[in-house]
Amino acid sequence: MKINLKINNQDKIVEIKPHEMLLEVLRKTGCLSVKHGCDTGSCGACTVLLDGKPVLSCSYLAAKADGHSITTVEGIQDKVDQIGKYLVDEGSVQCGFCVPGLVLTVIGMEKELSNPSEQEVNHYLSGNLCRCTGYVSHIRAIMKYLEDKK
Amino acid sequence: MKQVNKSIPKIDGMGLAKGKPAFTDDLTDSNAIIVKILRSPHAFARIKNINVQKAVKYPGVECVFTYKDVPRNVFTRAGQGFPEPSPKDKFILDEYVRYVGDEVAIIAAATEETAEQAMKLIDVEYEVFEPVLDFEKAENNKSIIHPEKEPYTMFPMGFDPKKNIACIYDMHVGDVDEVLKNSEVIIDKIYYTQAQAHVAIEPHSSTAYIDPYERLNIITSTQTPVHLRRIIGEALGMPINKIRVVKPRVGGGFGGKQQIHGELFCALVTLKTGRPSKCIYSRKEVFESSFSRHAMRLNIKIGAEKNGKLKAIDLRILSDTGAYGEHALTVFMIAGSKTLPLYNKVDAVRFGGTVVYTNHTPAGAYRGYGAIQGNFALESAMDELADKLNIDPIELRKMNMIKEGETSEIFKIMGEGGEGTAQIIESCKLDYCLNRGSEMFKWNNKYHKKQINNDKVRGVGMAIAMQGSGIPNMDMGAALLKLNDDGFFNLLIGATDIGTGSDTILAQIAAETLNVPVDDIIVYASDSDLTPFDCGAYASSTTFVSGNGVKKAAEKMKNLLISEGAKHLQIDIEDTIFDGKLIKSKDGKKSISLKEISKGWLYYYGQGQKQIIAADSYVGKKSPPPYMAGFVEVEVDTKTGHFNIIDYTAVVDCGTTINPKLALGQMEGGLLQGIGMAVYEDVKYNKFGQMLTNNLMNYKIPTREDVPNINVEFADSYEPSGPYGAKSVGEIGIDTPPAAISNAIFNAVGVRITDLPITPEKVLMAIKKKEGK
Ligand code: FES
Ligand code: FES
Repeated sequence: MKINLKINNQDKIVEIKPHEMLLEVLRKTGCLSVKHGCDTGSCGACTVLLDGKPVLSCSYLAAKADGHSITTVEGIQDKVDQIGKYLVDEGSVQCGFCVPGLVLTVIGMEKELSNPSEQEVNHYLSGNLCRCTGYVSHIRAIMKYLEDKK
Repeated sequence: MKQVNKSIPKIDGMGLAKGKPAFTDDLTDSNAIIVKILRSPHAFARIKNINVQKAVKYPGVECVFTYKDVPRNVFTRAGQGFPEPSPKDKFILDEYVRYVGDEVAIIAAATEETAEQAMKLIDVEYEVFEPVLDFEKAENNKSIIHPEKEPYTMFPMGFDPKKNIACIYDMHVGDVDEVLKNSEVIIDKIYYTQAQAHVAIEPHSSTAYIDPYERLNIITSTQTPVHLRRIIGEALGMPINKIRVVKPRVGGGFGGKQQIHGELFCALVTLKTGRPSKCIYSRKEVFESSFSRHAMRLNIKIGAEKNGKLKAIDLRILSDTGAYGEHALTVFMIAGSKTLPLYNKVDAVRFGGTVVYTNHTPAGAYRGYGAIQGNFALESAMDELADKLNIDPIELRKMNMIKEGETSEIFKIMGEGGEGTAQIIESCKLDYCLNRGSEMFKWNNKYHKKQINNDKVRGVGMAIAMQGSGIPNMDMGAALLKLNDDGFFNLLIGATDIGTGSDTILAQIAAETLNVPVDDIIVYASDSDLTPFDCGAYASSTTFVSGNGVKKAAEKMKNLLISEGAKHLQIDIEDTIFDGKLIKSKDGKKSISLKEISKGWLYYYGQGQKQIIAADSYVGKKSPPPYMAGFVEVEVDTKTGHFNIIDYTAVVDCGTTINPKLALGQMEGGLLQGIGMAVYEDVKYNKFGQMLTNNLMNYKIPTREDVPNINVEFADSYEPSGPYGAKSVGEIGIDTPPAAISNAIFNAVGVRITDLPITPEKVLMAIKKKEGK
């Protein structure tokens, strides 16, 4: 079947199978920043923004995304530059596999929460697992980023 | 020092944050056929019949392999150096399957769906055997896990597969029994440590293709590209000059990707079909069919005088290597060799035990590598001794621990599978780590338990630890520097950055030596055709071993620039210096910039044109241990057994850090993984040997919300044998949490959990038992 997706601001008609998940479809269209980390919707590595809200593309049917707008880090490189700088400065991009998904969730959070506390940030981002950093540098970076943005 | 001991940003950090295609699956040919593995549903069985006819004929299927179609070469997937200290006990496919998830057949098809559909058409008839699922009953069990005749070992290690024994090892210094008998106090305890899963967020991934020279190219998420090439060659019986292995970015390893995994299947499929192939493990496969940490039983006896002076330590271990013996011997030995030297003043010390086969998922390398298991036993038992003698646990350590300028006989006796290497400890700031840590943590105010309210009590605990820096006289790291026009350098290294930042710190070391900006060092790493040899990312070796290799190569480059520059300037070599920008005479009268001379050397010096290249390598003569002290505060609810970790403070001596921020990241990540092992993570099986924790819902790794307040500081330390004073930092962080947390719980509620993980249930049961309920 064919669906319409606006991927990173470009309108696309994409051929999909009815049971295909958004993750596979996005990777096929070249959005390789979207990562596959688990089978159970538990890791957050596949996070994308659907109409600006973070969703797990591994458990989101591509068919359901028909007519919607999808953002991956490929589409917002300048914004990623800003947040990424803080993450890189704090040494919180270790293997980096979790980072694109994390950055998108942070962007989703910025829209939803104004002035979040450290605890609220950790709660909002808790679905994005990272095995390398122990998360400590993530929170340092993100709090600094939020602070400087004010 | 300009470029080292400096927190420059990780050189690949921004590219990764921006999601550039960098990992194996991102770099795979989009036409690659998909490799899937049919896996055993039984913990122990023999394939009586296997019929793949229907699957082979299924439209879209490219090939199917069973044990009848693949070379029968026995090898080990451990991914270690050569000779290999792990038993050779694995075939690509075998008629026996030895754990749930073991490989039965390899199938490749145009799409994943086709492969999965066709897989269902493979008929297998199994003769099912009674599995060995309790490692304490494995030895001499009537079920023999490796009945085949081919397995052998390259090391004398007591290998006795007929008894399910992968190895046996014993050592002693002095008469332990006699010294224990005469000790005024004895602690005699048994501890258990569980299997832990690595859970790198990138699943094990590999891809293969044939290049225009008709050579097999493998791109894979590996920690050991060079060993991998050797092992693939051995397993397939093909010359390794026909194989190239490239490691792209790797999404975390932690030891899990030291062993080979899907590479072998991709290699087989691509060689057979001529087509590119890829094999990406599902998370279930990563859990069930890759590797985990060796579960252990540790019997420890400590003898001491009443004043706290240690007299003897006796550590006996039983270790579960699962169905295959990857790292069986070495992980087990390190449980002694990277813990016991902490207390080097004993009159007698003994270490020994057995590693057994079971029908569990094979165990393998995992950050900490035995040291974390040994540390749990040793540092828990030390705490029990402190309690018994009513001595502050910090004082007890200080009284007995190793100090700068000292040694331990264990260094010489115990190595990585064989004899070790004697060494004098030239840098050990454990004293400082303890003092500074207890000051940061306010140990003296917190040491005695604190009642928060009716139900809640706080307690503190601590532990010290050591690790190593590479395997001396065995691990080698090499580097090659090439000068380009415009005066910048390519740094080619075999060293394997798996997210640790080693590409960055190795560039810093080269830049420091040459006195040039890090931006002028372009790193290319881990490509078996293009980069020089390196053992890979394991044994905490990269900073120390590869780092020294890079430093030597950069020194050679510097000397070459001076000698060739002197020729060009027509001055004496002795009168020539290179300051990072200019090659010049000491008085500065004659000079030429590196930019200019590099261009001339490559383009327009006529007969003086030349490529300037320097390479060198390094093998450690010693393995200087990093040290640390860890302090933790917990709050326990005595009604429910539930506890929170409030604060974890660590002070670390890893020599001089090359990049403090990246070192900090290693420590923080290591600590949280250690906390995971201590309190959350547990690989569990049911009575049929099926893994119950084969996904991220049932296997809990810490999330952001589980992170305590973590404070890490580095001691001011300098290791003379390290590159710019550095020792390793990749593993040490994981070692202390199990013992420190267990000790803290004891100090809070007076119960000691001796089997990991420490769960609220266990704490509650122990409290009830203590109260006599
Ligand atoms: S891949 Fe893990 S949550 Fe989507
Ligand atoms: S940086 Fe490796 S998983 Fe987050």
